Amino acid sequence: MKKQIYERPLIHRINTGMMNKFGTKTEYAPVSHIDGLAVKDLIKEYGSPLFVLSEDTIRNTYREAVRAFKTRYPKIQFAWSYKTNYINAVCNIFHQEGSWAEVVSGFEYQKAINNGVPGPKIIFNGPDKSDDDLRRAITNNSPIHIDHLDELYRLTELAEEMNKRPNVAIRVNMDTGIYPMWDRFGFNYENGQAWDAINKIILGNRLELIGVHCHIGTFMLSPQAYATAAYKLSDLALGIKKKFGKTIHYIDMGGGFASKNTLKGSFLPGADTTPTIDQFAESITTALLNAGFTEKDLPLLVLETGRALIDEAGYLLGSVIANKRLSDGRRATIMDFGVNILFTSFWYDHKISPAQEFSSYTEDTVMYGPLCMNIDVVRSHITLPPLKKEDHVVVHTVGAYNMTQWMQFIAMRPAVVLIGTDGKSHLIRNKETIENIESSEVMPDFLKKHALASGILK
Amino acid sequence: MKLLKNIALSDTGFVFNPGTGDSFSVNPIGLSILKDLQEGKSEEAIRNRVIEDYQTDKETIEKDLYDFLKMIEQFNLTDYHE
Ligand SMILES: Cc1ncc(COP(=O)(O)O)c(C=O)c1O
Repeated sequence: MKKQIYERPLIHRINTGMMNKFGTKTEYAPVSHIDGLAVKDLIKEYGSPLFVLSEDTIRNTYREAVRAFKTRYPKIQFAWSYKTNYINAVCNIFHQEGSWAEVVSGFEYQKAINNGVPGPKIIFNGPDKSDDDLRRAITNNSPIHIDHLDELYRLTELAEEMNKRPNVAIRVNMDTGIYPMWDRFGFNYENGQAWDAINKIILGNRLELIGVHCHIGTFMLSPQAYATAAYKLSDLALGIKKKFGKTIHYIDMGGGFASKNTLKGSFLPGADTTPTIDQFAESITTALLNAGFTEKDLPLLVLETGRALIDEAGYLLGSVIANKRLSDGRRATIMDFGVNILFTSFWYDHKISPAQEFSSYTEDTVMYGPLCMNIDVVRSHITLPPLKKEDHVVVHTVGAYNMTQWMQFIAMRPAVVLIGTDGKSHLIRNKETIENIESSEVMPDFLKKHALASGILK
Repeated sequence: MKLLKNIALSDTGFVFNPGTGDSFSVNPIGLSILKDLQEGKSEEAIRNRVIEDYQTDKETIEKDLYDFLKMIEQFNLTDYHE
């Protein structure tokens, strides 16, 4: 008789009448391929763990977002938020689609320049811009979004010194009914700070005010908050027109639309609760269209959407290192990736699928990363089939913020591969090497030698 | 190790303990092991039987069987009074 396929023996208690807090069946349906390529082949070729991005998904998500806004409002422009994922290949997909760049540091600014983005299409945000950064942005005619009064004064001095008239916008913060309120960036709307900055810019007559900007928060689940924000920015733009006869060219609504991830502690999966891009578009464009602009003065709507455009295009492939049983009887699975490269596991209960077929038996498991640290928990509860050493898993919706906020801690960072619309895999970031890391270290002469003897402990 | 005498096993992998009212589910290989225990087979005999029936090796089943038996103990399905 032919022997049966082996699967670890499992037993679990049935809690009748209780809602299963460990998730739904779809969570552990196997995902063996991504865009037609087998997970096991990708891992064989590029190693494990491995980040994978889908070009198809990126382009489709972007086009869907453009459609949602374009069908409702005549003038729109996306600017790719570099911090969300600034691997150059990713940025260039967005630039090919027509997106500008949105950057928040000199480093990101240089990346956008290196990617060939023209100066006037690089929006320069953030509280930390050095004099050199500002000079370069002034020379390139980039829109500079002023965050605080110190920056406004310094920029005015530099404009005089360079005999230029920089294009600027102000970042505005405001109460949109969302708690916590992001009031540490920009000038407040309610207490008059925003008007104070506007008066200083226009009456100072050294800077050209072309826009107003806000970014009301990240992973926002409320389209209504955007309607409030769009209304308040419109009010400023209309007030400027009335008071100074000056037309504001654009209203920049920042980013923040939630992706389909599930926030830790929420009861329902994110895929069921996240508003659609159409709902956000409807709120924002309705507020702008009803604000009272004449057709000629209708501002360009700029969007700096980050996570909602890239999260779903990203996957992390990984492998099981070991299984163990914790002292309280729970099963634990140790993976070859942890919070070092999957930073977003601090925020989300990521959906994780096995990459191979299983029977329908499952087990409640704690999923740990490989770091020797207690904080290294990828999922504190997850229902999975019995995974064994070297089995593969697919972590979903990891395209945003992981490939920028990952840490080189204990282990080196993995390769990143793009599955192209051509159906082939393309390496877009090499696996880190010890040479990469040590090339920036310097050893002082007096530390070059030591006298530890070799030999075996006795 | 022995299974409690009154534990009911169904062929669909449903396990019921009438003493406590607890119910459990097991996968097919788990069910076959519970049946072995009911028949009074030793751990070694179970191990050999599994190696006969399944595509596995001694190290794997040793490790997994140890873990499975610990779980059964923790769920109070074993008889301590022998
Ligand atoms: C100014 C600004 N714009 C855009 C974004 C992108 O936000 P998100 O990824 O939530 O869409 C951020 C992120 O914090 C930001 O600070």
